[in-house]
Amino acid sequence: MTATTPDALPRRRLLDAPPHWTTVLAVVILVAVIAMAVFASQIAPFEPTKLNPAMRLKPASSTYWLGTDSFGRDLYSRVVYGAQVSLLVGGGVTLASVLIGLPLGLLAGWFRGFDAVLMRMMDGMMAIPGILLAIAVVALTKAGLVTVIVAITLPEIPQVVRLVRSRVIAARSETYVDAAMLLGTPATRLITRHLFPATIAPLIVQGTYIYAAAILTEAALSFLGVGIGTEIPTWGNIMAEGRLYFAINPWLVFWPAIVLSLCILSINLLGDALRDRLDPKMKGRSP
Amino acid sequence: MASYFLRRVLMAVPVMAFIALFIFLLLRLTPGDPAQAIAGDHATPQQLAAIRESLGLDQPLASQFLAWVGDMILGDFGKSLISQRPVLEMIGQRIGPTLALASVAMMLTVLISLPLGVLAAWRHGGLIDRFVMSLSVLGFSVPIFVIGYVLISIFAVNLKWFPVQGYKPLAEGLGAFLHRIVLPGFALASIYIALVSRMTRASMLEVLGEDYVRTARAKGLSDRIVLFRHALRNAAIPILTVVGTGFAMMISGVVVTETVFNIPGIGRLVVEAVLARDYPLIQAIILLTAGAYVLINLLIDLSYALTDPRIRYK
Repeated sequence: MTATTPDALPRRRLLDAPPHWTTVLAVVILVAVIAMAVFASQIAPFEPTKLNPAMRLKPASSTYWLGTDSFGRDLYSRVVYGAQVSLLVGGGVTLASVLIGLPLGLLAGWFRGFDAVLMRMMDGMMAIPGILLAIAVVALTKAGLVTVIVAITLPEIPQVVRLVRSRVIAARSETYVDAAMLLGTPATRLITRHLFPATIAPLIVQGTYIYAAAILTEAALSFLGVGIGTEIPTWGNIMAEGRLYFAINPWLVFWPAIVLSLCILSINLLGDALRDRLDPKMKGRSP
Repeated sequence: MASYFLRRVLMAVPVMAFIALFIFLLLRLTPGDPAQAIAGDHATPQQLAAIRESLGLDQPLASQFLAWVGDMILGDFGKSLISQRPVLEMIGQRIGPTLALASVAMMLTVLISLPLGVLAAWRHGGLIDRFVMSLSVLGFSVPIFVIGYVLISIFAVNLKWFPVQGYKPLAEGLGAFLHRIVLPGFALASIYIALVSRMTRASMLEVLGEDYVRTARAKGLSDRIVLFRHALRNAAIPILTVVGTGFAMMISGVVVTETVFNIPGIGRLVVEAVLARDYPLIQAIILLTAGAYVLINLLIDLSYALTDPRIRYK
């Protein structure tokens, strides 16, 4: 852009302006959580499942940084390993709900008849409280990583469908879509080349919120005892086991709670920052 | 007016039908034998046969579905596989605490988030605004069960103002009831407060830019009257909408809150049902809560039409 063309709009880039300090903090925390998950076996001083009945419910010490739980397992190691399940479930749910919701939303935005039927179905799915639906799925199948991902993905799909659909409907009234239609562009090409790009930015933003929501729901399921199972440490089931000894050592609950909350908070903050940069229209979201 | 009402009510029918079909297929289409899934790995052939018979699994899918829906319309939601009692009766016994908890949370939400949202919009960009926005990010990010334990730790364990857990019905006295429901009510309300105050703020910000707000100010009305009488009333529809759609979130929150605070409501019942694989009970609870969601949102939609004639003609 030069002084002779004052009307030219500057291209908005992701890092045009320095990020807000909360965004920087969020990224730092997320990198730490990812490192915890990836390098868990190097970071954790103990096996997270190693029982040691002689060391039950010990307070924090130089050996056991955060103390031990009711089975004598090292709390710090368990919290570190807990990051693995949370991040895996978050990633799986985000990927699955976008892969299913995106094509449905594109079709619903384009084909009126399909839209009417599909949106009633999505209304129906949104009426079922997410945790109840997830609980029902877990109850029917064997508890495991895939089951939990499926269970949490189902209630997230309508959100993606509605978002994509609304963006497609908005884009349809744009001149470039009219132009493409007048040129006789076939529907498949119109959808994939002209309408789909309009949904990318909002999907990235929504994806971060889904990631955060999935981690939260997984933790809630584990906490309720209907999650992945107790043999794998997750932040939710560490809290569920710790709550029985809350009166003796509340930190059995609070340490996983703090890491869990910080992780979700960071993802949400990152989502807000991405939204402000990529998609200012979405300000004031209501997830 | 009457035709709008009728149309809106009729729209709820296919939604409910889909919910019923979805829950029905969830059990039937799960890979493997549903009877086996319900009974667990150690079931005897007799137990499996009994489950198949009680659920009608030997019938064709379509007739199973119609029979199931027909029974529900007549008020028969089936019997528990464990206690053999009608599930409606079991739900009826446990619904009191849940309704009490949800109502308290709802009241706290309205009392806290409406003024917060209005103030934040009024002093847009100011200290209160930033406080409300930070609070709402926190409310979305910190899970209810974490908030619950923080509240227990501060107000029950350390300050000893409230009991750690438990529930007393209203019939045993208002004092005893409130004493036990305040902490869980706050925990459950936390995410709702975040949602509603954010929506109130956004909706108020939009309305405050309107001409009639400027007119009201220009004729010298006080800020309080402009905010609460002119602006808030017109900002109400998006706020009410979010209250309605947030109901599903509230029920999810109830399950967790009841576990943390040991409240014998529907949330505990559903977790017990899952651990016992009592599928008719799970089905009934999901259907009834989804039905409640559809009903609440229907009522909210109809209330718009009553207050705002523009909606009726759309």
